[in-house]
Amino acid sequence: MIEPDLIKDEELESLLTEIAELYGYDFTQYSKASIKRRVNRICLIDKFTSFAELRYQLIKQHSYLQRFIEEITVNVTEMFRDPSFYKALREQVLPQLGTYPLIRIWLAGCSTGEEVYSVAILAKEAGLMHKILLYATDINPSVLEKARNGIFPISQMKLYSENYILSGGQRNFSEYYAANYDFARFNDDLKEKMIFATHNLVSDRSFNEFQLIICRNVLIYFDKDLQAKVFKLFDDSLEHLGFLGLGSKETIRFSKLDKHYHQISTEKIWRKQKEEQRRFKTDFT
Amino acid sequence: METIFIIGGSAGSLKVLLEVLPQLHHHLKFPIIIVLHRKGYADSQLSFLLSTKTNLKVVEPDDKDILEPGYIYIAPPDYHLLIESDKTISLDFSEKLNFSRPSIDVTFSSAAKVFKENTFAILLSGANADGVAGLNHVKANNGTTLVQNPVTAEVNYMPLQAITQSKIDFVLNPDEIAAFINKLDVP
Repeated sequence: MIEPDLIKDEELESLLTEIAELYGYDFTQYSKASIKRRVNRICLIDKFTSFAELRYQLIKQHSYLQRFIEEITVNVTEMFRDPSFYKALREQVLPQLGTYPLIRIWLAGCSTGEEVYSVAILAKEAGLMHKILLYATDINPSVLEKARNGIFPISQMKLYSENYILSGGQRNFSEYYAANYDFARFNDDLKEKMIFATHNLVSDRSFNEFQLIICRNVLIYFDKDLQAKVFKLFDDSLEHLGFLGLGSKETIRFSKLDKHYHQISTEKIWRKQKEEQRRFKTDFT
Repeated sequence: METIFIIGGSAGSLKVLLEVLPQLHHHLKFPIIIVLHRKGYADSQLSFLLSTKTNLKVVEPDDKDILEPGYIYIAPPDYHLLIESDKTISLDFSEKLNFSRPSIDVTFSSAAKVFKENTFAILLSGANADGVAGLNHVKANNGTTLVQNPVTAEVNYMPLQAITQSKIDFVLNPDEIAAFINKLDVP
């Protein structure tokens, strides 16, 4: 059972500010309702009886920070989650990307990597593996380690296989992994083009130009101002005519990007317009 | 807009909603949030189905949508729905609670923090105790707690749990729920 009143708003604010100053991890612009639940959850799991105890541990015990980040960030993900999104990538985005000599894709906030492997499978089936690079980043180094290993619970494979088929996959999903007791180890050829690195969307800058950025169910944890900042980061990191894919309940509607991106399907995928088209649009609106 | 009315339900509650929605006033001065347990994609048609039963606008909100009076918000499948202090909606894909995402507890509790004594929360038919802890938080914030009369519930576990574990202000039959909501509309 959750006890939302364990932590007061002001206490949370000051703790997050302290963490930002001490460690450079800035959670002050995370959605309040959500991060409060997360902080509350870590108090319960780690059996802190008061907020002061949590604070003491965080400030005095530097090694505890990593654990805090792991628990505060949500690392729940799935392969081919929202199959219709992947169907749109498969049918509308990858054929466009296929015309480039080198395809750079950024999966921002990739967590334990299930989506990275999903995109790799799409790329392989589209025959694009030889010219693709998949940059997968997350704030949390320990989930990246899991992503790098590509070993997921076998119990999930039934769901993932169903998702895969709904996304338009026609192969036998089990071709992509080797089952070993309770785990499915994904094939090495899927991993060849993956580059994993820690990247903090709050504080780190653009590090390349991409034709596709996928960031799903990460922005929901940020407040509107921080979302706007991250949208600018994505805009700076996307080539003209590049694509941006978000989670099924996320939108650029509240941001400046809205003006020069257009949604390419009923899925949450937008395409950045060329400079001339942008001017045209501004001139006539 | 100060008031919020939240409806939580599980097995057997859709039937109740289909009865309640057509009887609601067409211009309610506050929003309604509905949190139903459902299985992912199988019934993503829920908001469409419910929208055919009322003239109020029925939406499955995006993250950061602002709560508007006269709207019915359906918690999207596979997300928890939370309310921020500025009355925007935050969605959250964190762990399931009570085997549920959306969890009724999450929405009840988070709304109670923001709307305090103007929170109205009702728990309908269901086979799970999700929502009971949330009702306690509504009560702790001086809100109003309601429950469907277990005798009328297709699955009475959820309303019974609510009655035994929470302080319930009103026990309503399905045909009394709309009248209760409409009455809140008249100051």
